[in-house]
Amino acid sequence: MAAGPTHRAIEAVWKIESARLIAALARMVRDVGLAEELAQDALVAALEQWPESGVPDNPGAWLMATAKHRAIDLLRRGKLLERKHEELGYEVAAQLELAAPDLIAAIDDPVGDDLLRLVFISCHPVLSTEARIALTLRLLGGLTTEEIARAFLVPEATVAQRIVRAKRTLAAARVPFEVPRGDELAARLSSVLEVVYLVFNEGYSATAGDDWMRPALCEEALRLGRILAELAPREPEVHGLVALMEIQASRTRARIGLAGKPILLPDQDRARWDHLLIRRGLAALERAEKLGGGFGPYALQAAIAACHARARTPAETDWPRIAALYDALAQLAPSPVVELNRAVAISMAFGPAAGLALVEALASEPLLKDYHLLPGVRGDLLAKLGRFDEARAELERAAALARNARERELLLDRAAACARGLAPA
Amino acid sequence: MRFMVLMIPGDKQVEAGVLPDEKTIAAMMKYNEELAKAGVLLALDGLHPSSKGARIRFSGGKRTVTDGPFAEAREVIGGYWLWQVKSKEEAIEWASRCPALDGDVLELRQVYEMSDFGPEVEHQEAALAAEVGKRIEENKQRPAP
Repeated sequence: MAAGPTHRAIEAVWKIESARLIAALARMVRDVGLAEELAQDALVAALEQWPESGVPDNPGAWLMATAKHRAIDLLRRGKLLERKHEELGYEVAAQLELAAPDLIAAIDDPVGDDLLRLVFISCHPVLSTEARIALTLRLLGGLTTEEIARAFLVPEATVAQRIVRAKRTLAAARVPFEVPRGDELAARLSSVLEVVYLVFNEGYSATAGDDWMRPALCEEALRLGRILAELAPREPEVHGLVALMEIQASRTRARIGLAGKPILLPDQDRARWDHLLIRRGLAALERAEKLGGGFGPYALQAAIAACHARARTPAETDWPRIAALYDALAQLAPSPVVELNRAVAISMAFGPAAGLALVEALASEPLLKDYHLLPGVRGDLLAKLGRFDEARAELERAAALARNARERELLLDRAAACARGLAPA
Repeated sequence: MRFMVLMIPGDKQVEAGVLPDEKTIAAMMKYNEELAKAGVLLALDGLHPSSKGARIRFSGGKRTVTDGPFAEAREVIGGYWLWQVKSKEEAIEWASRCPALDGDVLELRQVYEMSDFGPEVEHQEAALAAEVGKRIEENKQRPAP
């Protein structure tokens, strides 16, 4: 989009309105791809007209009316029928006519349900993970293809392809535009939460000096999570995920040091944590807890993060509670990575020897064969036990496995510290 | 980016501690709900009249405390929101939707964040953080972090 005050204002309106616009249109035309095209057409019309006429008082209603006229126009010229919507064509026409009188109401109110339907369809399991992420950011986040491409460090054409294919897949699979019910809901919801958390982590794992779009992904994921918490307030795991993201994001300022070097949790300056986000995270966790039914995997991870957030100094950390939460997580969502984290928590709560025993048990785990944190943790525990020679070898092995240059540096620093530990000054 | 949005009521009754009517309150609650539903709202608070506040002036090495109300002030803040938005334009768009009363003014102020200071200050900050990290490490006198 061209720069210029009106264009920037239109971009802002688009950011606010696009998701509910697409959601409302998708309910009417029963096709997410077509709904997005109609919304885009309305955007183009706005870009043509608003610089002359000024931004209308109710820009959302203007975009909706324009998109709907375009839909009716297509319908009249039989274009919708050509798009293989024969069986739906008449029904769609009826829907559009019915929607006409209470257009404003349609935009204002049952929006929540439409948006939720759009969330579920964008994260539908028939789509690949990449496609789900791209479609969610595009349809719900209002991001352009270019922005998504920059954020994920892939060519724009790749993202455009993913989105086109995703829309085709959804149309071919005749995925209904509805919120799943009953047994299906839990599985579908976890697919939605997974997408949001993947977006968050993509931004969170990026370090300073990277393109600004990558950290912006954290904000985008948080925004999606907060929206989701309003759309599905009775789902404890939604609040759990929001809590987890708020608390993790609260450490952003404190976790990157000189030249982008990561600063590990115990060494972070806790005064630089964002206490507004911590408060929001703890409140979200409380909401998850009040809904009852026990913590799910996200709420458990959030509860672990909350233990760190509540500790004013590393020494105040409630490690026995963290170890207990990891026990629960290991039972609910067992994975070698969770097991490794549990080992760390146990070493902090009950001493390095107890942790090391658990780490040794993971040594033959095929999934962790190339995971740098396994030798990384093992090295740290050995160092704490004064076994500096072995520790150094493990940390150097971890450095060789680390894919992130800055993490590698950090591991090599720790290996060097072990060498110094051997030769006292 | 974050914006602090300051509400400066035009109605002097607000300063007298008179609460707005039900309709106005309901409209404002709906607006706040919309902000929350859009994932934009981080925090908000309404402020008591300035008669319950005070000002502390610093001048010539002295501090002078004056109790409210701030009679000489034309613009007294009645409340604030903290928003997370993608652009200043988005903040303006949201502010324009506020069901404010005739004469009210909303002032948008962007909140400083680390990235606003440019790479130099960021490096200084980072150096400071690294120094703090180093001290912690030295204090612990342990070979592995």
